[in-house]
Amino acid sequence: MITHDEAEVRAELRDWLRAHWDVNRSLVAWRNLLVDSGWGMPHWPRAWHGRSLPMALLPAVEEEFEAAQAVGVARIGIRLLAAATLLEHGSNAHKARFLRRILTGEDTWCQLFSEPGSGSDLAGATTRAHSDSDGWVINGQKLWTTSAHHADWGLLLARTDWDAPKHSGMSYFIIDMTQPGVEVQPLKQMNGHASFNQVFFTDAKVPAENLVGKTGDGWKIAMTTLAHERRNADALRRWGHASPYAGAIYDQERAEIATVMEPYKWYPQRAGRVDLIMSRARETGRLADPALRQDIARLMMLSRSAEWLAHRARQAKVAGKPEGPEGSLGKLVASHVARAASHVHTLISGADAMLAGADGPHDGLIAEILLSVPATSIAGGTDEIQRNIIGERVLDLPREPRMDTGPFRDVPRNPTRGR
Amino acid sequence: MRFGYTDEQEQFRDIVARFLRERSPTSEVRKHMASDAGYDRALWRQLVTELGLTGVHVPESLGGQGFGYVELGIALEEMGRALLCAPYFASSVLATEVLRTVATETEQAMLLPALVSGEKLGTLAWVERGGQWDVAATTLTAHGQGEACRLDGHKKFVLDGHHADLLLVVARTRGSVGDAGLGVYAVDAEAVGITRRQLATIDSTRRQAEITFSDTPARRLGGTESAAVKLRQSLDRATIALACEMVGGARALLDSAVGYAKLRMQFGRPIGSFQAIKHKCAEMLLEVELASSAARYAAAAIDDNDSEVPALASLAKAMAGDAYMHAAIECIQIHGGIGFTWDEDTHLWFKRAKSSQVMLGDASHHRERYMALTEASA
Ligand SMILES: Cc1cc2nc3c(=O)[nH]c(=O)nc-3n(C[C@H](O)[C@H](O)[C@H](O)COP(=O)(O)OP(=O)(O)OC[C@H]3O[C@@H](n4cnc5c(N)ncnc54)[C@H](O)[C@@H]3O)c2cc1C
Ligand SMILES: Cc1cc2nc3c(=O)[nH]c(=O)nc-3n(C[C@H](O)[C@H](O)[C@H](O)COP(=O)(O)OP(=O)(O)OC[C@H]3O[C@@H](n4cnc5c(N)ncnc54)[C@H](O)[C@@H]3O)c2cc1C
Repeated sequence: MITHDEAEVRAELRDWLRAHWDVNRSLVAWRNLLVDSGWGMPHWPRAWHGRSLPMALLPAVEEEFEAAQAVGVARIGIRLLAAATLLEHGSNAHKARFLRRILTGEDTWCQLFSEPGSGSDLAGATTRAHSDSDGWVINGQKLWTTSAHHADWGLLLARTDWDAPKHSGMSYFIIDMTQPGVEVQPLKQMNGHASFNQVFFTDAKVPAENLVGKTGDGWKIAMTTLAHERRNADALRRWGHASPYAGAIYDQERAEIATVMEPYKWYPQRAGRVDLIMSRARETGRLADPALRQDIARLMMLSRSAEWLAHRARQAKVAGKPEGPEGSLGKLVASHVARAASHVHTLISGADAMLAGADGPHDGLIAEILLSVPATSIAGGTDEIQRNIIGERVLDLPREPRMDTGPFRDVPRNPTRGR
Repeated sequence: MRFGYTDEQEQFRDIVARFLRERSPTSEVRKHMASDAGYDRALWRQLVTELGLTGVHVPESLGGQGFGYVELGIALEEMGRALLCAPYFASSVLATEVLRTVATETEQAMLLPALVSGEKLGTLAWVERGGQWDVAATTLTAHGQGEACRLDGHKKFVLDGHHADLLLVVARTRGSVGDAGLGVYAVDAEAVGITRRQLATIDSTRRQAEITFSDTPARRLGGTESAAVKLRQSLDRATIALACEMVGGARALLDSAVGYAKLRMQFGRPIGSFQAIKHKCAEMLLEVELASSAARYAAAAIDDNDSEVPALASLAKAMAGDAYMHAAIECIQIHGGIGFTWDEDTHLWFKRAKSSQVMLGDASHHRERYMALTEASA
């Protein structure tokens, strides 16, 4: 095993940044350098734009980037899920073709999994892929597809075999979102934003080489994407903000983040903005209410304990320990925190909680919190599904009884397009 | 290392856990909770001689093992899990803690080794009839100086107070109010003017007593300055220790509920395959892990001399109190009718959960205290 000394890694990176970081470079040119050097994703393998560094050294690397005020590789949005999935299951040709442009920020991605008829039951997808002479032809509809309106590429789960049991009849494709036969329609959310879409496929082509893994491997590969999605909340917090410095490269980064983050601009609100609670309670004069104080303290305690739980999961991962219960509990506790926060925000604001926009407290921010929180317990797998996962995979309780075995063709399901 | 345990710490946990599994199964707990003494003297000796648990966080110079609060927390978690029936919390946590913070070095050297060696049992008597957990509510008075010092008054809810050898009594000088004039007094339990009565409690694995002092000779510890600040500091640490113990108990309940849900068949399936039960178990796990994260973090914060310890003590106690009680209720529920019987073990933990919920301040008390401390530091 190669050992890495933190001081040496820092020194090497510092030298490299001193020699190469230049605010006058274009963003893409700089990121190409980062990709070639391996410093952009230092925990990735050497063969694929990384340096095979242990995860434990990532904070040190980030600190050096910050100290040099240097911009990193593109790291927000669904592109990260694509990168993680392709790194694990993609062919060398996929990796060579897609990974670099993900990291340079030239390509953005979306995740085409959910459908009108299958959300929690993702393996019930009925979007159809049939093969023809040049590859595959896609017909069907996806729903709630975040960022599809910005995406160059999509991660697509589609059914390739109707006679196999549901989980083994699906395949995983990379699809060009800009081609004919792919129609993206924005979908307005209850909070007024439109960060997700419905996507219609009408005889849309996927060349043979864009199948990931083998035909029928779709479910297994989707599991990798979903596992990364559950753990991804961190990335939005850490890399969702542009550097505050002056210079052309920062301007380009700001423009990129503004576009990529556009669908996510309400994301902090969906977590309930616990950070605002104390100051809101003070400014509304509600901090003196003994009943409310109990609710506030309960929320603060829950939220802090949840952070410590997440730390334990991260530390176990860094130490190379198998994923413990801490890991799978993160998504569920996030929605408990969000709901509790929304409740407390309502109590703190009193009658003002009914108001939105310029009439509402904090220029509508509070209304936005109240109307965004419900997403947390649905997106990325509902609370109920998380409880099933925790119950069955962590506590090893008996599986749900199944009514959906046998050929998919015969499984009862929602009526949809695409058959 | 606030979030993970080192390999050595994991090994320590395994040793304590194995010992308690072998020596203190619920059959033993049931035997001793029904006895007059309320604990097993032979087991107590073994805790001292084989594992040195009575001095986990006491410096080696005073006969202890010289570890920190993280290790103390680990030991307590395992004791809570096994529902150990012993005067550990009274003597090795409360009394030891107060001696360590309030007493002078000379006094510690004089009094502490006997507690660490298990030769004597100590306890702290600070709460009175009203059951207020704040030392400022003390009414028991001390008068006279030095050798002539005497105590008059009444203490209640004194853990293992009926058989402790060394009583550390919180008293105030005559005429003082609030934090002023508070002191800790060492009293030999055999001294004149002491009347002790064991209280009937819902949790017979942890005994409590009522003690009256009437012109009882005592020795003030740690000089003449008010002991209020140091007392609160030691009570914060004891509160964190209690939270660790409670997390261990909650874990035992979770394990028991999950184990039963896998085995018990109704309607042709194990009840754990019904979501109503499966989801309860998942939520219990979440609560236990949250409380465990808080208790661990708080214990590590003591070792780091973190100034936030008072707030963290309240946080850990409130989280542990809710998680433990909830686990106890759900565990009985999942056991169905069997869960409400004396023969099934769940009620033993239910009772410990109930008394721990209240002891050292309930969750509402600690949430309010957390708010006050947070505001003060903002
Ligand atoms: C803001 C947002 C962004 C999203 N972004 C994307 C995206 O980018 N790409 C993408 O593919 N999808 C995306 N989704 C879709 C999301 O993954 C699904 O909405 C989610 O998985 C739930 O599926 P559903 O809406 O079909 O609900 P259903 O599966 O129909 O569930 C309805 C209710 O039934 C419950 N339920 C279902 N199955 C079970 C069960 N076995 N046991 C107990 N209860 C059950 C659910 O918990 C829920 O309460 C997004 C959703 C939201 C809200
Ligand atoms: C104080 C007391 C007095 C009683 N008096 C009488 C009496 O006079 N006469 C008499 O005949 N009985 C009596 N009973 C028994 C009582 O009716 C049963 O205990 C009760 O019906 C539960 O059955 P069980 O104990 O076998 O639990 P189980 O059926 O084993 O249930 C265990 C757990 O699984 C859950 N569970 C079981 N099936 C399902 C399901 N399909 N979906 C979701 N969850 C499920 C239960 O809710 C419970 O949480 C009494 C019980 C008590 C506690």
